[in-house]
Amino acid sequence: MVDVPLGSTGVVAAPDVEDVELYHPHSWVTKYVFSQDAKIIAIQYAFVALSVGLVALVLSWLMRLQLGFPGVFTFIDANAYYQFITMHGMMMVVYVLTALFLGGFGNYLIPLMIGARDMVFPYVNMLSFWIYLLAVLILVASFFAPGGPTGAGWTLYPPQAITSGTPGGQDWGIIMMLVSLMVFIIGFTMGGLNYVVTVLQARARGMTLMRMPLTVWGIFTASFMALLAFPALFVGAVMMLFDRALGTSFFMPAIVEMGQPLDRNGGSPLLFQHLFWFFGHPEVYIVALPAFGIVSDLISTHARRNIFGYRMMVWALLAIGALSFVVWAHHMYVSGMNPYFGFFFATTTLIIAIPTAIKVYNWILTLWRGDIHLTIPMLFALAFIVTFVNGGLTGLFLGNVVVDVPLSDTMFVVAHFHMVMGVAPILVIFGAIYHWYPKVTGRMLNDGLGKLHFWVTFLGAYAIFFPMHYLGLMGIPRRYHDIADMAFVPPSAHTLNAFITIMALIVGAIQLVFVFNLFWSLRHGREAGGNPWRATTLEWQTPETPPPHGNWGRHLPVVYRWAYDYSVPGADQDFIAQNQPWPTRTSGAGHG
Amino acid sequence: MAEQAVTHTTHTYPEASGLRSITADFSSDRQAFRNVSWGKAMMWIFLLSDTFVFSCFLISYMTARMSTTVPWPNPSEVFALTIGGTSLPLILIAIMTFVLISSSGTMAMAVNFAYRRDRRKTAILMLVTALLGATFVGMQAFEWSKLIHEGVRPWANPWGAAQFGSSFFMITGFHGTHVSFGVLFLLIIARKVWRGDYDQEQRGFFTSRRGNYESVEIMGLYWHFVDLVWVFIFAFFYLW
Repeated sequence: MVDVPLGSTGVVAAPDVEDVELYHPHSWVTKYVFSQDAKIIAIQYAFVALSVGLVALVLSWLMRLQLGFPGVFTFIDANAYYQFITMHGMMMVVYVLTALFLGGFGNYLIPLMIGARDMVFPYVNMLSFWIYLLAVLILVASFFAPGGPTGAGWTLYPPQAITSGTPGGQDWGIIMMLVSLMVFIIGFTMGGLNYVVTVLQARARGMTLMRMPLTVWGIFTASFMALLAFPALFVGAVMMLFDRALGTSFFMPAIVEMGQPLDRNGGSPLLFQHLFWFFGHPEVYIVALPAFGIVSDLISTHARRNIFGYRMMVWALLAIGALSFVVWAHHMYVSGMNPYFGFFFATTTLIIAIPTAIKVYNWILTLWRGDIHLTIPMLFALAFIVTFVNGGLTGLFLGNVVVDVPLSDTMFVVAHFHMVMGVAPILVIFGAIYHWYPKVTGRMLNDGLGKLHFWVTFLGAYAIFFPMHYLGLMGIPRRYHDIADMAFVPPSAHTLNAFITIMALIVGAIQLVFVFNLFWSLRHGREAGGNPWRATTLEWQTPETPPPHGNWGRHLPVVYRWAYDYSVPGADQDFIAQNQPWPTRTSGAGHG
Repeated sequence: MAEQAVTHTTHTYPEASGLRSITADFSSDRQAFRNVSWGKAMMWIFLLSDTFVFSCFLISYMTARMSTTVPWPNPSEVFALTIGGTSLPLILIAIMTFVLISSSGTMAMAVNFAYRRDRRKTAILMLVTALLGATFVGMQAFEWSKLIHEGVRPWANPWGAAQFGSSFFMITGFHGTHVSFGVLFLLIIARKVWRGDYDQEQRGFFTSRRGNYESVEIMGLYWHFVDLVWVFIFAFFYLW
């Protein structure tokens, strides 16, 4: 890298015309702890999110132990069970998936992929991470608070969330959960504004919106949606906090608790459900859209083929993002809302299937006659498509009011959303980590361990969640601590539950292999070089790997083409990088 | 995509108008909003997000008001002041609204003078804006203490639905917090203008970015937004 002259104030003045000034860190602390470099922030985000993920994984083990072998583990009483279920759900959805996709991958990939030196406001970006960490600490601290964490279910429905029958309802649990969510939203807003503005206003020369890799499109759309969806959760959390702490009755109807009428009346529990799901449904796509984007790039790169229907992919992302704001009440068919709403929300829900199907077809058509390399990122990407289609199909069941009503609150719902927004995005996260780890560290992750991790995770996830569909169709309810004595439950259901639990333990345990791989390869992995996958996008064209502060050395990259020039006829390599001006053509191959 | 492969990237954009200019901007490289700085773009998008916060607050309040089983207190009577023996409905709110809207006027003038590099006038006008904002918050505090004195609490009030007090304290409190933060930042930026930080392009204490008179305009965006939100609160909470 060319030596960049330092200004008198310690700020790097890169020589490019119209280039930005970067904050130049002086000490180890400002370089690696309170770092303003998006790449370091991304690693911090990812590390914290993956750690929270491990906690949430252990919680799911504990839940499964109770469901598979009821009565054996006596320390898991009903209260503890509900606390585990609540914390598992909230951690996974908000503090793991959202933070990892947007805070982790967003921070790392956006500036690199669009050819920027950093996010537009690095200082605010740094605050975003530390506020996120604070939110995580508050959440984790609730395990040690009097009464333990809240056991209200991750949807936190009032009135039960703040009444005394629910664990944490009249203790600290629910308060800490709500405060943690509010803090998270404030932190996320700081990051999300950065991601959106960076994509809109800080791209490299030649990088038009329609030349951006789909990963950036996915993260960008999801960040923008999150900026519009989280406010509803924020408001819901403020109002419930007032209900719990000040005794207001926003969500509290006239209610009798343990035989005693409470001094509340006139509130609307349904209002909270509307607020929650106005956030909650877009949240599904906040998690899914980055996964869609990343998977498109993985497939294109590892099948050495341009993405099929790039423009349609972009428009489908945007259409899904927009539609996801008008479908929220499909989570509320049995809530007691006006039944006529069901017609509207079922219709909009099913319309989302169209852009989603476009994306799936385009992935498959990208693979069609491609030069498919079954690398580990590719395996995860293919597994994602299968899992996502599977979870999406059960979504069609649940989106229809008449089919949803009998299936509501059964294990079928659990199976559906774990397939579609649990397993599927996690598979993409794994694939993405295997894909970009070489850029972050300069070394490849171990292949053998990766294959082991993939096959056990993928097949295991199916072994866990596929049988749950049957349990659901049998009418086994979700969120029950113990279903042992119910007359309609056949013995086979118990066998199935035990099987699921054992598979869950195995799949959970194999993640330790992944964690081991992450640390082991840091030192012992194969040297990756700058562009091990021979990919076209800008992050693989950095002058150094791992990219230094400022990413590009002296000169910002200039973009000449879209991100998917793989196997271009006549080109001397099977990929042409985005910043390569003129392809060397060995023959006079025409324009395709 | 073959055409794209050989496209040069230094375009000169033909001047377009209306929808075409939007298309031209969005299909250009580097920036989707041409000549909009990062800070300004960020403030606009933040305000969009904040709009959703206030919309959720107001819609929740309206839901509560429409669905409550007990009658809603009449705002005209609750917010009336007796001045000189006559009861004037909403008089304090009217004055507060006048004060806040006036502050938007002084803010707009401050932005104007900032772009003329008139340090003195800009700083004075920003201070006047901050003063008007503080007056607004002060009158808000007076109104709160008056209602609390009359027995209004977040969980109950003497005249009807408990949600009246809950919504009132929550929404005006949240808006008042916005105004208070606005006043704080007005003072900070006014000080920087006064010192000439933006003329000398002094670096920010935290961000080490060069200062720029555009900060005044970005501050103005926020201030006008807070003002606009108040108009909606005024219409939906007090006039309904």
